[in-house]
Amino acid sequence: MVMKLSKKDILGIPDLSRDEINLILDTAESFLEISTRDIKKVPTLRGKTIINFFVEASTRTRTSFEIAGKRLSADTINISASTSSMVKGETLGDTAKTLEAMNPDIIVIRHNAAGAPHMLARLVRQSVINAGDGAHEHPTQALLDLLTIKNEKGHIDGLHVTIVGDITHSRVARSNILALTRMGARVTVCGPAMMMPRDIDKMGVSVSHHIEEAIENADIVMMLRIQLERQNESIFPSDREYARYFCLDREKIKAARPDVLVMHPGPMNRGVEIAPDIADGIQSLILKQVTNGVAVRMALLYLLAGGE
Amino acid sequence: MKKVVVMDADGIDRSLTRIAYEILEENKGVTDLVIIGIQKGGAPIAKRLCSKISDIEGISLQCGSLDATLYRDDIMKSDRKPKLEKTNIPFSVDDKKVILVDDVLFTGRTIRAAMDALMDFGRPKLIQLAVLIDRGHRELPIRADFVGKILPSALWEEVSVNLTETTGIDEVVIEEG
Repeated sequence: MVMKLSKKDILGIPDLSRDEINLILDTAESFLEISTRDIKKVPTLRGKTIINFFVEASTRTRTSFEIAGKRLSADTINISASTSSMVKGETLGDTAKTLEAMNPDIIVIRHNAAGAPHMLARLVRQSVINAGDGAHEHPTQALLDLLTIKNEKGHIDGLHVTIVGDITHSRVARSNILALTRMGARVTVCGPAMMMPRDIDKMGVSVSHHIEEAIENADIVMMLRIQLERQNESIFPSDREYARYFCLDREKIKAARPDVLVMHPGPMNRGVEIAPDIADGIQSLILKQVTNGVAVRMALLYLLAGGE
Repeated sequence: MKKVVVMDADGIDRSLTRIAYEILEENKGVTDLVIIGIQKGGAPIAKRLCSKISDIEGISLQCGSLDATLYRDDIMKSDRKPKLEKTNIPFSVDDKKVILVDDVLFTGRTIRAAMDALMDFGRPKLIQLAVLIDRGHRELPIRADFVGKILPSALWEEVSVNLTETTGIDEVVIEEG
């Protein structure tokens, strides 16, 4: 069977059909095995160049993309904001044209401005992958979360997933809500009222402000990082107060079913949104998410590369 | 479109039985022998060969499967990508006699890709190739050690090995493409 992604770019979940998401997950499934070999490398993208253009700080996503590219034998180049000419005042448009002129095959971009990957994709002929844009989307995180859920539960359709945290500022929440509902899961979002977008129910999710109530029937609980850097201090009183009501700890998880599984996109604020014994416990899928992230990114690079 | 059955279920079974004995004769037994089928068509044939040899010798031979897609030389020529199948080699191939198995030997490019993939798993003592059908038209200096049937074919014809494991029926058919 021969298949293709009909896209030049991976910018957001709304661009992906259910069939395309399944194609990406099935392909990633095969790539998982490569990372378990002694020689963790296949020659598929030999001679291809991938630029990881990270304007916003990132360790795991950038490393994950870099490892994914290298395990496919591509040449990967990392550019971060502090080492790029953007500190000298170059516009994103000029940087884009400069990168394009060096003839890479794929550009992976993380940017603190929502929509920056979309602008880049319009400016360059190469494939662009969104590795997180502001508070907008983080599609590869949602795809690796789908793969993790599918591998643990065998399916996504019909599952109940509860997402807890700062829904307003979270691109992980937005991409996951879009991806999970597209794949047939039921989603509940939970957090303090000031961290909940007003029209969130229009995304087809249930809303709760009490974590015990929100996780009661959940198959999966996804905890979000409280992005202390994005909080307006006048409305966010303290991380300790947040933790008292929303930190997933041994006491609060008793409200959930005994077989509930816990996810977190990282990096964690231990003791703020998730207690250490939950993060490191047997119900935690956090490290599997990281492993699956490499496979999902390998799948995307593989599916986007090549052709005329 | 003309379609001719060139091998039926009995024919396939008899060929595989003969190949099983030939593998044993050539290798003087099963010492260090392992079988690896190339996805997708070679994997079920490898399993059948493996159980035949195991039955004959009264042992349990190790059998794996290998997807060579990511080693193909044409994979980046198109934006269409073949579906990836499972690679499962749950044993070391170091110093083993590896019998590589495929359904149809054609240009030889799949075998080249499979050998390169196999070398990334270790250093086999030797690799031998067993195929059910050799249809000719080689583009690389590759030949099979064990052949079920030599089937002269035209380039435009399509040769398919159907197996109960995948399509529900055992037969080899040739049709005009």
